[in-house]
Order: sequence, then structure tokens, then C-alpha cells
Amino acid sequence: MAILKVLVIDDEPGIRSGVSRILNTFHVTYPFMDEDYTFKVTEAATGEDGVAILERELHDILLLDNKLPGMQGVDVLEFIRKRNYDIVVAMITSYASLDVAIRATRDGAIDFIPKPFTPQELKSSIENITKQQYLKRITHKMQQEGKKIRYQFLSVLSHELKAPLNAIEGYLRMMQEKQAGELVDDYATPIERSLQRIQGMRNLIMDLLDFTKIRLERKDEKIEEVKLKDVASGAMVTVQPYAIQMDVTIKLNILSDVVIMADPADMEIIFNNLVSNAVKYNKAGGTAEITIGNLDGDAVITISDTGIGITKNDTENLFTEFVRIKNEKTRNISGSGLGLSIVKKVVELYHGTIDVESTPDVGTTFTVKLPKKPVDLS
Amino acid sequence: MKKSDFTILIADDDPDYLLQTVYALGKAGYKTMAVESQAEAESVIERFKPSLAIFDLMMESDDSGFILCYKIKRKYPEVPVILATAVSHETGLSFSLDSDREKSWIRADKYLEKGIRPEQLDQEVMKLLKI
Repeated sequence: MAILKVLVIDDEPGIRSGVSRILNTFHVTYPFMDEDYTFKVTEAATGEDGVAILERELHDILLLDNKLPGMQGVDVLEFIRKRNYDIVVAMITSYASLDVAIRATRDGAIDFIPKPFTPQELKSSIENITKQQYLKRITHKMQQEGKKIRYQFLSVLSHELKAPLNAIEGYLRMMQEKQAGELVDDYATPIERSLQRIQGMRNLIMDLLDFTKIRLERKDEKIEEVKLKDVASGAMVTVQPYAIQMDVTIKLNILSDVVIMADPADMEIIFNNLVSNAVKYNKAGGTAEITIGNLDGDAVITISDTGIGITKNDTENLFTEFVRIKNEKTRNISGSGLGLSIVKKVVELYHGTIDVESTPDVGTTFTVKLPKKPVDLS
Repeated sequence: MKKSDFTILIADDDPDYLLQTVYALGKAGYKTMAVESQAEAESVIERFKPSLAIFDLMMESDDSGFILCYKIKRKYPEVPVILATAVSHETGLSFSLDSDREKSWIRADKYLEKGIRPEQLDQEVMKLLKI
């Protein structure tokens, strides 16, 4: 339950008490709001009193009579504008001429309530104002969260880029200071580890490039007919050397020869990432299986493995940037933590969906559904 | 007491940082114990009291290091703790142990950025162990 503070400035006592009576028992609720709004009304008989109250305490809504004994309604508006108060103003006046309306709107009033008004008229005005206030606050909140997310991305990125540099620098220092001995052979491990970290960093940079590409590029002009079977075969060729090393067999099932309107580079991102993950998180002697088919006008791609699996808890953050599942089984598996977030972004660009089902120690299946018709990528 | 009488517990999920720290401290003369996760560090603390501990901040979770500091200080309040991380100042995520407010919630005795030189690390460890 949220309370909006309402100030009513009017020289007629009947109007002020009427507003108080109506609004103090009124509440606004909408399905999209996460709480009800109720109102607490403060009364002021003159513009001077009203301004003094506003200076003491911030209000959410102001109901303002234009024709007042001393300071006029428009002067109150002027005062609010100069102070930059975050308050919604509705004018209540019986002298609502076009002239006053124009000036008041220009000075920041958003609504007019003609006097005399029925309780229902007041309520519907207040309802509108409340909805506007709510949306304004939500937008503001979301903008702030967007900033926060970008900020987190940068700080984690900085961490991920610096960690390998620190490791390599440390090893180079060991060599420079001949800490482990005089011979190059004394440094076999530092050299091997440095090379591995450089490779890891290179992968991260490649993933980052993919990542910025999907974020920035408009690719309408690159859309063409893409045979998913060809993209899958390409991914198999790319991942094959790694699969041999890991003792994993890659299989391809074509249920139907699906053609989709897409940028082939995007389809490669999806297949390469998911197939290499299916090998990377597998077990020796395991299989990675790609299946391509149709369902209700969508292309359906599933990529299954017989690997270490993911717990239900861990699947929740699986598609978040830089989130890597850290446990005993994944300890020696390197990755940038960007692959799946990139895949998800690409899939969503094509208005598709990606889902994951997994059983720890049994395997994981990713299912991607993509509309076959061309979509607006902007 | 000489350096070889002290055992330093090091927890870091970066195998290279772990290897280098173990190497540097070993070369400086300390005994070391290395673990690669918060979970392992917790189980070591259960049964063993190190002379000093060096914890990485981000391991299984983003605040693994804070949690470990808290747990080790609860069990062995006198054991000095160094918190090490590559999270740097330019991200704005930095913190230090300079203000009382930070000291009150970060239960570490020293905060170090990764990439510190071996002799510097030795200096800091000697200071904390009062050698």
C-alpha cells in the first residue's frame, strides 16, 4: 500500500473539505501496479499557505484553484516550476477559460477539474494522475536498473580481462627473476599456463566482438535463405578437432531440411556455441547430438549432450553474461562466460526462444525455436 | 619464530594465481596450504587453524571472500586475513579498509589487489604475523 500526498489549495472551505472527504477513503488499483495507492489530503486556504506547506513537505499531487485571494494559482505554478518540484498539478477552477488553461498547462498543470465537481469527476481525475505518476516512477526505476546492469557488465569484464593478464605477468616475473632456476626447462609449467591463459583471453575477446556485433549491428541487408543443415555441418567441422581430443562423438539428425531467412553468421553463432558446449561439458566416450526439424512453422533445433548436466538452480542464471557454473566438475573447463548469453541474444533478435533441460550427470538439451519467416531485426 | 613455523592458507579459484602465490610464499620460507574454492577453504578451517589466510574475493559466488573472512574470524578471531582481488578501482567497485564503516563489515585485516610483487606480499605477511 503506497500513500500519495495530496495538497489542495482553495479559498472555499466547502471545496477543501469535499476533496478531503472524497480522497481520504479513495484508493486506486490497477492490475499492472504491484500495490494500491491511497491518499492523504492536506488543505490550504491561500497560495501563500500552500507554498509554505510545499516548502516544508514534498507532495505528490496538487489540486490548485486559480482564483485565490492573494497569490494566484499561476503564481503557485511558477513557484513549483522554479523549485523543480516533482509534483503533478491539476487545476480546479470555475473560471476555467481557455486563456487560463493554456497558461496553466504551459506552466506545468496536467489536468483540469471544473468546479463544482461530482465525487466521481474528482476520482477519475485522480485515477488518471495516479496512473501517470506510477508509470513515471516505474520508468525512472527501470532506467536506473539499466544503468546498474551496464555497470556490472563493465566491472565483471574488467575482472575477466585482468585475471589472465595478472597470471601471465606473474609467470613472466618468475622467469625474469629466474625464481625457479637457470634453464628454460625449469619454466615448462609457467610457459604452458601462460599460453593457455592467452588462448582463453583470445576466446573472450572473440566472444566480446560477437557480443557487441549483435548489440550494435542492424543486419537486414544480410538476410538470406540459410539451410540449417549446412550451418550444422559447418559447426561440426569446426568443433571436430576438439571433440576428438575430448573423445566425444558428434551426431547430426535431419528430420526435415529446414531453410530459414536469416544472417548466416548469426546461425553460425548459435550452432558453434551450443555444439562446442555440448562437447566441452561432456564426458569421455559421450555423444553430442544435433537435431533439426519443423514445428508449426518454426525451425526447431535441439542440441543434446551426455555430459555433466546442470542443476535446476544453476539453469536460472545460465544465460546471464559472465555467469559460469562453478563447481568441482567445471573447475578445469575454461570459458568466457559469454557464449550462452550471446546465443540467447541472437535467438531473441529473430523472435525465437531458447530453453534448457538438464539432469546432473546425465546430460543437457538445449532447444532453440526460430520463426522461419523473415523478421524485423531492428 | 621463523617463517617456516607459519602455515598460510590460500584460497583462489584461479589456478595460476594460486600456483604463483604458493610459489612466492614458499620461496619466502612459509609453509602453504592451497585450496581452489570457498567450500574447500571452509572445510579446511573446520579442522585446521592456519597462521594467516589469503582469500580471493570472487570464487563460487561474488562474495566468497567476504564470507570466508567472516567464518574464519568467528572461529579464530586472532588469525590475520588478507583479501585479494583483481576487481579494480576503475570499475568503481573498489573498496578499502580505510574507513571505520568498511572495517565494520569487511572482516579482513588487509586488502590487496592481485598482481602484487612477491617481495611486497612477503612484507605484508610479515607485518601481519609480526615477524
